[in-house]
Amino acid sequence: MTAPSVLPPPPPAPHDELELLLRLGDDRLVLGHRLSEWCGHAPILEEDIALANVALDLLGQATMLLRRAGEVEGKGRDEDALAYWREAVEFRNCLLVEQPNGDFAFTMARQFLFDVYAVVTLDAVSRSTNAELAAIAAKALKEAKYHVRHSGEWMLKLGDGTDESHRRVQGALDELWRFTPELFAADDVAARLAAEGIGPDLPALRAHWHELVHDVVERATLTLPHESSHTPHLNGGRAGMHSEHLGHLLAEMQIVARSHPGAKW
Amino acid sequence: MVSHSPASPPSRAAILEILDSVKDPEVPVLSVRELGIVRDVEVDDAGAVTVTVTPTYSGCPAIQAIEDDILAALATAGVADARVVTSYAPAWTTDWIEADARAKLKAYGIAPPRPAEHGGLVQLLRARTAPPCPYCDSRDTEIRSEFGPTACKSVCWCRSCGQPFEEFKAF
Ligand SMILES: [Zn+2]
Repeated sequence: MTAPSVLPPPPPAPHDELELLLRLGDDRLVLGHRLSEWCGHAPILEEDIALANVALDLLGQATMLLRRAGEVEGKGRDEDALAYWREAVEFRNCLLVEQPNGDFAFTMARQFLFDVYAVVTLDAVSRSTNAELAAIAAKALKEAKYHVRHSGEWMLKLGDGTDESHRRVQGALDELWRFTPELFAADDVAARLAAEGIGPDLPALRAHWHELVHDVVERATLTLPHESSHTPHLNGGRAGMHSEHLGHLLAEMQIVARSHPGAKW
Repeated sequence: MVSHSPASPPSRAAILEILDSVKDPEVPVLSVRELGIVRDVEVDDAGAVTVTVTPTYSGCPAIQAIEDDILAALATAGVADARVVTSYAPAWTTDWIEADARAKLKAYGIAPPRPAEHGGLVQLLRARTAPPCPYCDSRDTEIRSEFGPTACKSVCWCRSCGQPFEEFKAF
């Protein structure tokens, strides 16, 4: 508990709403791009189609969020300008989504951890006091719900599959776990937005996320990594401090738009 | 097809009738109205038409084609002063597809959507049951893939008649 304050907290500046839209939008833009890297490479045809469909949904959600971000920013930037003409330090995605695909188990574990996060956060944002944000979140939530069904079933298949698939997906969980505290860390921006009822109360959502993740992980005969003081918790994505992986991803994603500005086809 | 002299503003009912001729590019057995994509039609005093649409899935690549098809159908019917606006709330749901449209889907070989789920999140993480076969009505079916050729459909298989079929997913 902090000492009771005499003054109410200051209302969020427009900047906070922009930050929230970029955080939500960039998570989806970057993960959507990662999934699109699987196109033509997935282990079976149905999965190739599934990953492309999930990627399309995420890019569609990113479009809605970044378009709105451009409107809120008021500098005439649309969703394409925000996607293709910002530098890595201007991206606000979490580190989890920019991690390279690895093998199929790694991609699915990353997807599952994100999908559950998406469901619990979008559920909260769908009740935002900001009507535009609530509408976008309500729409995206419906998609996140069937995304988590897909990635959750793969966790079960891989975890409770062969020794090899179990070993790989357990290794993926162990590797990715250190990126999950960032998802629920609230900086000043997130705290102000939550206090105003505009953004999700991230720390309060963690228990529900953990419960849902645990339910699947346990049925998949997998083990949740221990929270250990030895495990470095990685964060910084929301402040634009990214791993080197994001730079490589953006180089590929942005090169056509930057090489041929305004091109149409 | 309905047509209008530019002199008299088109009626709302006439516009809706024109929109019935616009089929969804990915489910050509249903019109964009039957799918619930068209949410509202307004005709102002000057005869300018505004059609409000809502996308099915955020990632649906067909939405641009649907907007173009709507404007083209209106133009063909003599309604030149028209625009399409997008609304996200309330979010599109397959519950808006009515009984006669569901019957058309089944006759086309697509299992119609079952009621959309509003249950808790843990329920989501349990396997769902497969829909009955649209060809032989057997319940001895299985879901082969949650994702079919389009995001809105899953791929299923009927053990009774051996027919693969698509299901319009409840959404
Ligand atoms: Zn059958």
